[in-house]
Amino acid sequence: MKKNYQAVVIGASMGGMQALRTLLAQLPNNFPLPVMVVQHQMRGSDDFLAEYLNRYCAVEVKEACSNEPVLSAHVYIAPAGYHLLVEEEKTLSLSVDLPVNYSIPSIDVLFESAADVYGEYLVGIVLTGASVDGSQGLKKIKAYGGLAVVQDPVSAEAPEMPAAAVNAAEVDHILPLEEIGVFLGGLTDD
Amino acid sequence: MKPAAVKMEDKQLQAFEIDCLLEAILLRYGYDFRNYARASLKRRIHNRLALSNLRHVSEMIPLILYDESFFSAFLGDMSITVTEMFRNPEVFKFIREQVTAKLRTYSRVNIWNVGCATGEEAYSMAIILEEEGLLDKTHIYATDYDNQALEAAKTGIYPVNVMQQYTENYLKAGGRRSFSDYYQARYESAKMKNSLRDKITFAHHNLMRDGSFAEMHLILCRNVLIYFDQTLQNSVLTLLRNSMVHRGYLVLGDKETLGFSAVENDFESVDDKRRIYRKKILT
Repeated sequence: MKKNYQAVVIGASMGGMQALRTLLAQLPNNFPLPVMVVQHQMRGSDDFLAEYLNRYCAVEVKEACSNEPVLSAHVYIAPAGYHLLVEEEKTLSLSVDLPVNYSIPSIDVLFESAADVYGEYLVGIVLTGASVDGSQGLKKIKAYGGLAVVQDPVSAEAPEMPAAAVNAAEVDHILPLEEIGVFLGGLTDD
Repeated sequence: MKPAAVKMEDKQLQAFEIDCLLEAILLRYGYDFRNYARASLKRRIHNRLALSNLRHVSEMIPLILYDESFFSAFLGDMSITVTEMFRNPEVFKFIREQVTAKLRTYSRVNIWNVGCATGEEAYSMAIILEEEGLLDKTHIYATDYDNQALEAAKTGIYPVNVMQQYTENYLKAGGRRSFSDYYQARYESAKMKNSLRDKITFAHHNLMRDGSFAEMHLILCRNVLIYFDQTLQNSVLTLLRNSMVHRGYLVLGDKETLGFSAVENDFESVDDKRRIYRKKILT
């Protein structure tokens, strides 16, 4: 039986800009879920990443704003220097708390808050990166019954982060980057 | 299908525990965190839980009730924010280049730095005003509910190793002097000049409980509202609006917006990207 997933969260670090472009460009413009993304960025970066990705995607990609309602077919990018979280009311919130895993935004912070809200109806994806961020978050998504997907470390520009996620969590799918977008499409097909 | 390891009822119980904790804090100390955005609040509470070697949030309740030092640690957790001098330098540059000219037309200027924490922003503002020749006729009120943070702010002492970053920010904000003119370095610390501190009143103010105390020409309230839910945001924004002169300036954090708030129509945007607003003349 197919589950009615309600949201997708994605974490990426080194090499993530290209990986996100490949993945997100595969989503159709009527993709039925909201997507929230943490890509590690330099402090003080502007919203270039969202603008850049939006050029290549059918879904709308934008930088997340405090209080914003979460909509399907939208991709929300965590702003540099802010943690991105999801509230019970399905709105986004931001914080400037301490870095987690030396990172703000942190993938774990997003994943853990999304797991609280969406429980088993959440899909978590860890992509390329040279960090361990995302591992704890993915573990929590699994503990709440959600779906854990990791980019095959072999296909990742930086394999450490996906490898750490595979070690930490009971991952459901390890996929080459090119297949993840199609996989998400298949998850939500009726 | 394998049942989820964490049951739905557990999740509801955990939410209930947090409600009880917040109620206990309100009854015992008068601090009301019930309308804080829950996701970060929960994260902070769970961090304190882990540090205290406790398993359930409800176990914090007796500690909160009977151990004031535990509560003060909790309060510290709640007000952790990462701040720096001239954070988002382009905002301070804009204030310097566009806003100070308007402030100059007043005989006395009141500025309110809401949620000043350890004071970095208040000192940044004082430096800008000093260089624009406005500091002498300005009073900066810098408020926070966290007394420990206020004490740190009053000393004006910061680790010397952050000064390089602050110097870069200062220059990007249009700084005209040498940033080291504004502090004295000693061993590992840098102490801001008394001439700056003397123009700032650091004071306790709780946005959930306390009202207006002066008519402000400029209010800096950056990355305070992001921690509040919609209801509390609206009540704080209403307080800020009522604390300002007509045509007064309101500066929010760079990812905050008045859009969809209850006071949206009472302000006009001066600069969208830098989140600088101006109060309309209300009839």
